[in-house]
Amino acid sequence: MSVVRVPPVLRAEAGGAREVEASGSTLRELLEDLASRLPALGSHVYGEGEIRSFVNVYVDGEDVRTREGLDTPVRESSTVILLPAMAGGR
Amino acid sequence: MTTYRDLLSRTKAEISEIDARTAQALDGAAWVDVREADEWQEGHLPGAVHVPRGNLESRIENVVPDKTQPVVLYCASAARSAFAAKTLEELGYTDVHSLAGGFTDWKRNGLEIVLPRTLSPEKRTRYSRHLLIPEIGEEGQLRLLDSRVLLIGAGGLGSPASLYLAAAGVGTLGIIDADIVDETNLQRQIAHSLDTLGTPKVESAKRTINALNPDVDVVTYRERLTSENIDRILADGWDLILDGADNFPTRYLVNDASVWHRLPVVHGSIYRFEGQVTVFKPFEGPCYRCLFPEPPPPELAPSCSEGGVLGVLPGIIGSLQTNEAIKLVAGIGDPLVGRLLLFDALSTEFNEVRIERNPECPVCGDHPTITSYIDYVEFCQR
Repeated sequence: MSVVRVPPVLRAEAGGAREVEASGSTLRELLEDLASRLPALGSHVYGEGEIRSFVNVYVDGEDVRTREGLDTPVRESSTVILLPAMAGGR
Repeated sequence: MTTYRDLLSRTKAEISEIDARTAQALDGAAWVDVREADEWQEGHLPGAVHVPRGNLESRIENVVPDKTQPVVLYCASAARSAFAAKTLEELGYTDVHSLAGGFTDWKRNGLEIVLPRTLSPEKRTRYSRHLLIPEIGEEGQLRLLDSRVLLIGAGGLGSPASLYLAAAGVGTLGIIDADIVDETNLQRQIAHSLDTLGTPKVESAKRTINALNPDVDVVTYRERLTSENIDRILADGWDLILDGADNFPTRYLVNDASVWHRLPVVHGSIYRFEGQVTVFKPFEGPCYRCLFPEPPPPELAPSCSEGGVLGVLPGIIGSLQTNEAIKLVAGIGDPLVGRLLLFDALSTEFNEVRIERNPECPVCGDHPTITSYIDYVEFCQR
């Protein structure tokens, strides 16, 4: 199982968890597994076979857009960060 | 009994003393002035660094880390530099020379000298802890004093940023904010206080900044940043923007303007216990649109006033932004270009992810499709 870090704005969809686990050998498999375990979280991040355009996904610190997108390999020891933009400054 | 003269002549016999012409022919040499501060201020050799002989042993490895690099030492007349050369050889430097005749002969022979700008005694005292750091020193402090930083927002991030930038001696601070100080601000916005409740934040911040450092010129813009006023504000001339805005339309507006004006943006954002910091340096690293091509839908983009924020978090993130701003202005260190720093206050963890320029970016990419200001509110509501 890989660790998935949940951004603060999506924690309600993950039962308040800051980190959840999901499995898969590629990011696509991992996100599909995540969507089956936590549909509300999954649907904000992944839908219609694509990563939502406003969410950045990093596998082990690398933006998957600069790697192989949904085909980016994921290891058991990988950390996946889900990151929508935050605007707050005050 | 050994006299000073004996010691000097013996030392000179042991080290390499070379004339100006030979020294100038040395490839890639570091020139080190070992005289006292008052002598340095009356003029020095171009490109030289100042390391008084009394601090030589402790500072030279920072100034010349490569012990095989040629080093030319000089003083007023090649006595102190001879002793200094011997010391450097003892420290393992392999290509050390003392300049024959020192600064006195150099100047007498009509060779070029630099008359440094100097700090007043008051400034020397105020910024003494910066002056002691080799990477900043007098030159870096003068750069800070000459610098102009524009702050977007005088709120959570702008408060610590403006105070630390002012304390550091940044010469001019521009502050854009249309808001009035209210009681809910005081949990984190340390530039404001009970005394300034109900007054414009830009005025409140200016008062606090000038109480800390009256030398800082504070330029206030009591207005909301828009496509209509941003070019006018940027035309006042800024070295960088420190972005502490609280909404997406302003973030995208600041981004587009900074790319078109080629201004670096030190970005910070906060929500509850988490913060993000990075530096967007146009065309050298990604821009905000490369990182986040689109804002999240409104239900996933609550502001701090809707979702809350830990009071100290903007203190931490705003201070990290200030650190980046100071480094950019002083020209030192490795700024957070191409790296996004994530901070989690609950677990006290920093994470860093790599971010890259997007060649397809509509603003800074190879074939930009957005070349003038758009309706940012509409863009962020889609």
